[in-house]
Amino acid sequence: MDTCIEKIRAIGADLLAKGEVEIIIGFSDGSIPMAARPVAVSSRDDMEKLVFNSTCGLNLANYVSKNSLSGKGAKIAVVAKGCDARNLVTHMVENQISRDQIYIIGVPCTGMVDKRKIASMFEDEITKFAEEGDTLIIESALKKLTVKKTDVLRHNCQVCTHPNPPVFDVMAAEPVAEQTLDQPFADVDNIAAMDPEARWAYFQELTQNCIRCYACRNACPLCYCPTCFVDESSPQWVGKGQNQTDVTTFHFLRAFHCAGRCTDCGACVEACPMGINVREFTRKLNKDALELFGWEAGLDLEKRPPLDVYSPDDPNDFIK
Amino acid sequence: MMGNLLEHMGVDRDRIHFSWISSAEATKFVDVVKEISDKVRALGPNKKFVKDYNK
Ligand code: SF4
Ligand code: SF4
Repeated sequence: MDTCIEKIRAIGADLLAKGEVEIIIGFSDGSIPMAARPVAVSSRDDMEKLVFNSTCGLNLANYVSKNSLSGKGAKIAVVAKGCDARNLVTHMVENQISRDQIYIIGVPCTGMVDKRKIASMFEDEITKFAEEGDTLIIESALKKLTVKKTDVLRHNCQVCTHPNPPVFDVMAAEPVAEQTLDQPFADVDNIAAMDPEARWAYFQELTQNCIRCYACRNACPLCYCPTCFVDESSPQWVGKGQNQTDVTTFHFLRAFHCAGRCTDCGACVEACPMGINVREFTRKLNKDALELFGWEAGLDLEKRPPLDVYSPDDPNDFIK
Repeated sequence: MMGNLLEHMGVDRDRIHFSWISSAEATKFVDVVKEISDKVRALGPNKKFVKDYNK
């Protein structure tokens, strides 16, 4: 993967030199290993800051909004994995930005690593992370491990069927092979197989450590409302503390606001400081969107999302 | 999809009802409300999504 960073930098330098875009949004190294963070580059001297590796798990579409453009004609370039590009498409479909304001530098993605899983292999702090092809070399003061990347992939990357950006202006490398899965939602099916009480208990336990920091919401490109329902005080839709009923309400509604829009990018899970897999909620919605409406978000600029249009074929046997 | 997610989270399906009733359909409204209250009565009191202020 590190092979395409030179290409990304070259494309970026060229775009800035020609004045085609005013900013390039990409990833740069964080202050500690495995914490790649978003960066906005506007000068060719800063191009070296751009990196791309298996720790770029956030979604850069989140950093693009109507407000990030300086004027009408302005254009921003975004370094986009499959899911980032799909969320950019979703932004466009939802009229947040227009296609001609964004220049998509597409990156074929081989998946991002589960940082918690890697951290759990060490007793102390990780001091170094390097990768060569699909081998990861991770070091701490106590030990050095060589791990196969495929063994530590995030769950959403394991089940990803769109690693290549569906829409792009330029690609930084050749597209990677895309998988098709016999059982794309095995995780959801496992929960569905439990009885209602067990499912309730499962989701209560899942969210019991939630500290309501809203990092999951903030990391999600779909959550761009100027005032989120959780922050409103008149009316106050949901209590703000850690009461389990309020926590459950928050998670149910946050997820439902993503219905038919979620790309399963995993940024929400990546951001959660408590290690809560909040995708468990959106996965069910994604499964329904696919099974009831044949819909996967962010693949097509022309099609309207299922909850946005009426069709005579819409399933309606739940209405009595 | 909302009903499905609630059901997935463990809320009893019989507590979730969707209906389309015009303001002219008074009898349908009565029938639907009766059906819903019968179903919910059969399930007994809901313990989920209830806030306990004593905790
Ligand atoms: S809900 Fe999570 S997985 Fe879905 S688009 Fe938002 S950040 Fe990505
Ligand atoms: S990021 Fe995690 S702890 Fe914070 S509100 Fe979301 S689920 Fe809760």
